[in-house]
Amino acid sequence: MSLLGKLSWDAIPFDQPIPLAAGLLVIVCVAAVLVWIVVKGYVPYLWKEWITSVDHKRIGVMYCALGLLMLLRGFVDAIMMRSQQALAFDAPGYLPPEHYDQIFSAHGTIMILFGAMPLVIGLMNFVVPLQLGVRDVAFPTLNSVSFWLTATGALLVNLSLVIGEFARTGWLPFPPLSELRYSPGVGVDYYLWAVQISGVGTLLTGINFVTTILKTRAPGMTYLRMPIFCWTALASCLLIIAAFPVLTATLAMLTLDRYLGFHFFTNEAGGNAMMFTNLIWAWGHPEVYILILPCFGIFSEVISTFSAKPLFGYRSMVIATLFICLVSFCVWLHHFFTMGAGGDVNAAFGIATSIIAVGTGVKMYNWMFTMYGGRIRFATPMLWSMGFLITFITGGMTGVLLAVPPADFLLHNSMFLVAHFHHVIVSGVVFGVFAGIVYWFPKAFGFRLHEGWGKATFWFALAGFYVTFVPFYVLGLLGMTRRLQHYTVPEWRPWILISAFGILILIVSILCQVMQLVVSIKHRNELRDETGDPWVGRSLEWTTPSPPPVFNFAVLPDVENTEVYVDVKQRALAEFAREPHYEPVEMPRNSPTGFVCAFFATFVGFALIWHIWWLMIAGLVGAYATFVVFAWRDVPDYVIPAEEVARIDRAARAARQGALASAAPP
Amino acid sequence: MSSAEATLAARDPYHIGHAGESRARGYGAGGPASKRIVVGYGFWLFLLSDIVLFSCLFASYAVLAGATAGGPSSRQIFDLHRVALETGCLLLSSFFCGTASIAVARRSRLWTQAALVVTGLLGLAFLSLEITEFASLFAKGDGPTRSAFLTGFFTLVGCHGLHVSVGLLWLGTMMAQLYAKGFRADIRRRFLCFTMFWHFLDIIWVAIFSLVYLVGTKL
Repeated sequence: MSLLGKLSWDAIPFDQPIPLAAGLLVIVCVAAVLVWIVVKGYVPYLWKEWITSVDHKRIGVMYCALGLLMLLRGFVDAIMMRSQQALAFDAPGYLPPEHYDQIFSAHGTIMILFGAMPLVIGLMNFVVPLQLGVRDVAFPTLNSVSFWLTATGALLVNLSLVIGEFARTGWLPFPPLSELRYSPGVGVDYYLWAVQISGVGTLLTGINFVTTILKTRAPGMTYLRMPIFCWTALASCLLIIAAFPVLTATLAMLTLDRYLGFHFFTNEAGGNAMMFTNLIWAWGHPEVYILILPCFGIFSEVISTFSAKPLFGYRSMVIATLFICLVSFCVWLHHFFTMGAGGDVNAAFGIATSIIAVGTGVKMYNWMFTMYGGRIRFATPMLWSMGFLITFITGGMTGVLLAVPPADFLLHNSMFLVAHFHHVIVSGVVFGVFAGIVYWFPKAFGFRLHEGWGKATFWFALAGFYVTFVPFYVLGLLGMTRRLQHYTVPEWRPWILISAFGILILIVSILCQVMQLVVSIKHRNELRDETGDPWVGRSLEWTTPSPPPVFNFAVLPDVENTEVYVDVKQRALAEFAREPHYEPVEMPRNSPTGFVCAFFATFVGFALIWHIWWLMIAGLVGAYATFVVFAWRDVPDYVIPAEEVARIDRAARAARQGALASAAPP
Repeated sequence: MSSAEATLAARDPYHIGHAGESRARGYGAGGPASKRIVVGYGFWLFLLSDIVLFSCLFASYAVLAGATAGGPSSRQIFDLHRVALETGCLLLSSFFCGTASIAVARRSRLWTQAALVVTGLLGLAFLSLEITEFASLFAKGDGPTRSAFLTGFFTLVGCHGLHVSVGLLWLGTMMAQLYAKGFRADIRRRFLCFTMFWHFLDIIWVAIFSLVYLVGTKL
C-alpha cells in the first residue's frame, strides 16, 4: 500500500492530447487569474468581502458566477459531442469512445448539478430574503458552507480532467456498469464523491430556505402575500429536503458496493440493479422540478412586471406550484417504462405524468392572461420569458407523448428523448435563469445590463436552440439512439450536420452574452440605477437601493398588500420624506467556516477517490476541528449603530427622491 | 391585551394553536420568529431529511431481505436477547437525556453534566453491544459481503450505529461547551438540537427493532 493510494503518474493523461491540452489551458488560465489577483493586491478584499462573507447577496452572486462558469464548461463538452458526431459518419472521428463516454457523462453531470443548480440556488439566495423583507437567511454561516461545498464538488469534477478520468456511465451511474467489475477506474468515484459532497451542500440550502421562508418573514407577510418567486423557492426547497437524502442514500449504497464489496446492486449474491434505477429516479425526477419551479417563479415576476399588471390568478399559481411539488414524487417510473413492471404500473405512472402537466398548463394560462391587456415592454427579461412560453409548451407536449408507455417503448433512450429534455430544460431553466440574471442584475450591482447585446443574446440563443435540438426529434424518429460515438446510417447525417450548425449559432449567442457583460461594465455609469427600481418592479426588493446595504432594510417593512411595492409607489415621494425611527441592526459576522470546511471536504473527497486513507482521516479531523472552533466563538453577531443605519438609509432615500423627482412627468 | 389573552399567551407562547392571521412571531403576519424557534425548526427539518435517508435504507433492506444467496437468513442470526438489551440501553439513555434538559431548564450544572454522562455511558453500552453482534457475524464469515440480505442489514443497522457514534462525539463536545460557556442562549439552542437528535435515534431504533429484528425472527 503506497502513501498516495492509487495515485501515480499514470493518472495524468500524457497519451491523450485533447484532455491534456484542455487541462493545461485551464490550469494556465486559473494560475493567471490567481497571479493577477495577488499582484493587484485583491486577496484581502476577496477574503474579507467575498470568501468569508455570510451575506446572502454575496453568496447568491458567487453561486451565479460558479453556475455560469460551469455552464460554459458543460457547453464546451456539448461542442465536442456535436462536432464528434458531425465527423464520425463511417469514421472514428477525433474522440475515442472511452473519451467520448466521459464527455457525455461530464456534460450531464456538470450542466444539471454544477451549472443549473448553482444558478437557481444563487438567484434564490439573492432574491428570497429581499422579497420577504428580512435581513438574511435563517442560518447565514450554514449558507456559506452550502456554497463552498457545492464549489468543492465542482472542483472535484473538473480535477478529473487532468488527474485520472471521469465516469463513462452517463450522468446517472447505472449499475452493473458502474460497479467495480465493469468500471474499475476512478471515474465513477470522482462522480460519487463530487455529487455526494455538493449534495450535502444542496440539502443544507433546502433546510435553510424552508426555515427562512416559513419562519422569518417580515411583519405582515402572510403566506398569501409572499411574492410568487418565494412560493416556488419554498416548493423547490421542500423537494430538496425530501429528495436529496434519497440521492445521498443511493450513492452511498453504490459507494459501499464499490469500496467494500457490498451487494446492493451487483449481479451476484442477490444484488438488485433495478433498485438503483428506482431509487436514483425517485431523486432524479423531483430534481428536475427543483430546477424548474424557481424558474417558473422568475417568469411570473418578470411577466407581471413587464406587463405592468398584477400576476393573473395568484392563488391558482400557488396551488399549481404545490400540486407540482407533490405529484413530482409520483412519476419517477416514467424514466424506465421498459423495465417491465407490468401494464398496470406503467399505466398508473403514465397517467400521473400526464396529470402533472395540468399544473404547468394552469401556469401557462396564468402567464398569458397576465400579459393580456397589459402594457408590455419588450425588455430582455421579457423576451426570455416569451421565448420560454412558446418553446416550453411544445417541449412539454413531447413529454406528454413520452408519458404514453407504448410510445415510450419505441422512443426510450432515443434522440427523441434527448430532444425532449433539452427542449424543456433549456427553455425552462436556462431561459429562466437568464431572465432572472438580467432582471435582478441591477439590484445586485447597481447598474443595468446593456439591452442591445442582451437582445442579441436572446435571439441567437432562441434560433440556436431550435436549430440544434429540433433535428434530434427527427433523428429519434429515424431510430437513432443517444450517446453514439460514431454511426453508419446515411439518413441521419444531414440532421446531425444541421444540429452542429445550431451549436455555432449558440456559440455566437454566448459571445454576445460575454459582450453584454463587458459593454455593461464599461458603460456602467450611463446604465447606473439611481432609484433602486429600474423596471418599475412590484415586490419588496425594489424598495431597497441598488445594490442594497448589507442589512437590506433599515427598518423591517410592514406588509399590507400582496403587491407591496405598487401601493407604496403611489405614495412614493410622501413616503420617502417621512423618516422611520432607526434602531441598531444586528448582523451575523463574516466567517471562514464555509471555506475551511470546503477545503477539508476537497481533501477528504480527493483522498477517498484515490484511496489515500491517511489524508481522508486528516481531512475529517480537520473538518471536525473547524466545527468545534466555530461552535466555540463567543461573538456571533456585530451591531451596526443606529446612526450608521440612519446615515446609509438617508443617503439612499435622498438619491431615490432625486431620481424620482427628475423622472416625474412635468 | 385582555387577561384572557394574557393567560393564553403564557400557556401558548408560540401560538401553536393559532394559524393564519396570528400576530405571534414566526406565524402568519407576526414577523420573524425568535432564534430559538428558528434553530429548532431548522433542525427538525434536518431530522426529517435524515428520516428520508433512513427510509431509503429501510426500503432497500426490505427489497433485499430475502436475497440470502445461500447464506444465513435473518432467523438464523438474530439474537433477540441482545437486541432487547440494546433497546433498553438506548431508551434509558434517552430518559437521561430528557433529565439533562430538565436540569438545563433549572440551570443546574452538576445535574446537567451528571445526566449527560449517564446518557453517554448508556449510548456507549448500546454501541458496544452492537459491535459485538457485528463482530460475531464477521467471525462466522457472515459479513456484509456474504449476501445482499446481509449488505442491507449491515448498512441499515450500521448507519444507525454511525449516527449514535456521531451523537456521542457531539455529546462530548456539548458537555465541554456547557462546562466552558455555561447556559448561554446559543449553547441552550444547541443543546435543544442535541436532545432532538438523541430522541430521533430512538425513533429510528424502534423502527429497526420492529421491522428488522422482530419481523426478522418470524421469517
